[in-house]
Amino acid sequence: MQSGARTPVAAPAESPPGQQRTLTVGRRILRVFLYKRELTPIVITIGLFLYFTIKAGSTFLNSLSLSSAAGYAGPIGAIAVGEVLLLMLAEIDLSAGQVFLFCPWVMYWMDNLGVPLVLAILIALLVVCGVGLINGLITVRLNVPSFVTTLAMNFILFGLVLVYSDQTQATPIPLSTSESVSQASFASKFMGVWLWSEILWVLGITIIVHVMLTRTRFGVRIVATGGNLIGAAEAGVPTARVKVLCFMLCSFIAGLVGIVDAVKYGSLDPGNFGVDYILYAVGACVIGGTALTGGRGTVIGAFIGAILIGVLEDGLTLIGVSTNDFYVWVGVVIIFAMALNVQFDRLIARSRAS
Amino acid sequence: MSAQPAEPTPPTPASSEPALEVRGVTKRFGALVVLRGIDLVLRQGEVLGLVGDNGAGKSTLVKILSGLYDMDAGELRLGGERVRLNSVEGAKAHGIETVYQDLALIPQLPVYLNLFLGHEQTKFGPLRFLDKRGMRKLSREYLDEIKVRVPSVEAEADQLSGGQRQAVAVARAVRAATKILLLDEPLAAMGARESRLIIDLVKDLASSGRISIIVIDHNYAHLFELCDRINVMEGGRITIDQPVHETSLEELTELMVSSYRRQIDEVSGAGA
Repeated sequence: MQSGARTPVAAPAESPPGQQRTLTVGRRILRVFLYKRELTPIVITIGLFLYFTIKAGSTFLNSLSLSSAAGYAGPIGAIAVGEVLLLMLAEIDLSAGQVFLFCPWVMYWMDNLGVPLVLAILIALLVVCGVGLINGLITVRLNVPSFVTTLAMNFILFGLVLVYSDQTQATPIPLSTSESVSQASFASKFMGVWLWSEILWVLGITIIVHVMLTRTRFGVRIVATGGNLIGAAEAGVPTARVKVLCFMLCSFIAGLVGIVDAVKYGSLDPGNFGVDYILYAVGACVIGGTALTGGRGTVIGAFIGAILIGVLEDGLTLIGVSTNDFYVWVGVVIIFAMALNVQFDRLIARSRAS
Repeated sequence: MSAQPAEPTPPTPASSEPALEVRGVTKRFGALVVLRGIDLVLRQGEVLGLVGDNGAGKSTLVKILSGLYDMDAGELRLGGERVRLNSVEGAKAHGIETVYQDLALIPQLPVYLNLFLGHEQTKFGPLRFLDKRGMRKLSREYLDEIKVRVPSVEAEADQLSGGQRQAVAVARAVRAATKILLLDEPLAAMGARESRLIIDLVKDLASSGRISIIVIDHNYAHLFELCDRINVMEGGRITIDQPVHETSLEELTELMVSSYRRQIDEVSGAGA
C-alpha cells in the first residue's frame, strides 16, 4: 500500500532522554546499585572491615590475620567463580568442592608413581576436566538435572579418595615445605607455600573469567543460553556445548586452586567432604549478586562474596565471638543478600512497567 | 471461485528462478504425522504467505526449513541445488534466517548484542573478543536506516516493549538473511503501529528482490498486503496455491472459510 509513508515506532513507555538527568542524587545512587550488583557486597565488606579494625585494632590488621581471612576466602572464591557460570546457565555443580579436594590427590598419586611433577599436575587437571565433561554430558545428553548429576559425582569422588588412599593422610605433598617459607623455592611459593599465593591465584582467575564473561563471544553465549535457552538455540548458539564447557571450566578452576591449597597445607585428609565448600561457594555467589534463575551473574561479585565470608569468619574470631556465632551471621548475610537481589529485580521490573 | 488445487510446480515465468523448492517433505513425531508430503515453490524475490489452522504443520515446516528439525523424507532445493540443512548453523550458512513466534531475544543482553547474536563481530583472532564498539555503531546505523526506534542500543532487551522486541528480532533476521527469510507469526502480540513498521520493513526488503520470504500469519489483511502468493495448509498438506493479485481480500477470506468448512464437512462426513 503506502510504503512511502511509514511511521516510525515511537517509544511511549520509555522516558525521554532528558528526564534521566533530572533524577535526584538518591535515585541515581539507587540506579547504580541496581545495575552494579557487586557494589552492595563491596560496601558491606568495607563496613565489616572497618568494624573489625575498630573493634580488634592492630590485631585484625596485621598481615597474619588478614592472610588467614584470605585463607578462608581462597577455596570458597575458587569454587564460587566457576559456580557463577553454572548458576548463570540455571545449572549447578555440587561436585566442585569435592573436585577441589580430589585433584591434588590425583597429583599426589601420580607423583608417587614416579611421574614427573609437571606431568602429574597436568594429568590431575585433565582428570578433573574429564569430571566436568562427564557432569556436562550426563546433564545435557541424558537430561538429568545437574543438581542430581553433580550430587552423585560428589559421592563418587569422595568414595574414590577413600578407596585409593586406604583412609590414610597424604603427606608430604610435592612442592610443599616443612622448612620456613623464606627458604622455599620460587615454584613452591608460587604454587601455594607463600601466604598470599592462593588468594592471588583466585584473584587472577576471577579477572580472567570476568573478562571472558563480559568481553568475549563465549561470554555472550553463556548469558544467551542461561537467559533464553530456546531463543539462543534458534539464533544458532550451540547451547549444549556451552553448558558442557562451563562444567569443565568450573571443575578445572576448582581443581587448579585445589592443588595450590594442598601445597599450602602440605597434607591431604581423605575424610574431608567437599559439600562444605560448595555451600559456602553458592552462598558467596548469592551474596555477590547472582540470581539462581539464570542469565544474570557476576564473577567479581562471587569473589567479593568469598572475601566477605572470609573477613566475617576471621573478624568474629578475633573480636572473641565464638565460631558458632559465625554460622548464624553467614546465614543472616546470605538471606539478606538474596532478599536484596530479589527486591532489586522487582525495582528494575517496576521502573520498566511505569 | 478461483480456488485451484495445489500444484507441485506452478508455471513460473522465465525471469523468476525458484529460490527454494520443497518436494515431498514429510515429518512425524512418533505416531503423529505432521507433514504428509509438502510441495512448495518460493520464487526469487517473492513473499509467500502460509496460512492454515493450528496444527496444520506450518511451524513444523518452518522449523525444518530453518534447520531446527530434520525431515523424514523429501528434498529441499536452494537455487536449483539440492541441500541438506543439518542444523541452525547449516541453514544460516545457506543464507536462511528465521524469526520464530516465541520471542527470540535474550532478555539480559543489550539490543546490539541481540542484533548480532549468532553473527557476533570479534577481534583478536581465536580469542574471540567482542568488537562491542563496532557492533554498537553498526546497530545504531542499521536500526536508524530501517526506522526501528529503541531507547538505546545498549538497553537490555528486557527494557523494551513487546513490539520493540519483535522489531529487533525481525531486524536481526533481515540483517543476516542473504537468501531466504522465514517469519513465523512476526506480528503476533504487536500493536497497530508496530505491525505497520514490520510490514513496511518486510515489503522494503522484498522490493529489493534480494531475498525471498515466507511468512506465517493469521491476519488475512496483513497477508493480503504483504504477500505475492498465498498457500493454504491443511492436515500436513498444501491444498491451495493462490496468487494474491488475482484475488481480493474478501475473496481470499472466503477461500479460507470455505476451505475450513470443507475440512469440517470431511471430518463430520467421516464420522457419520
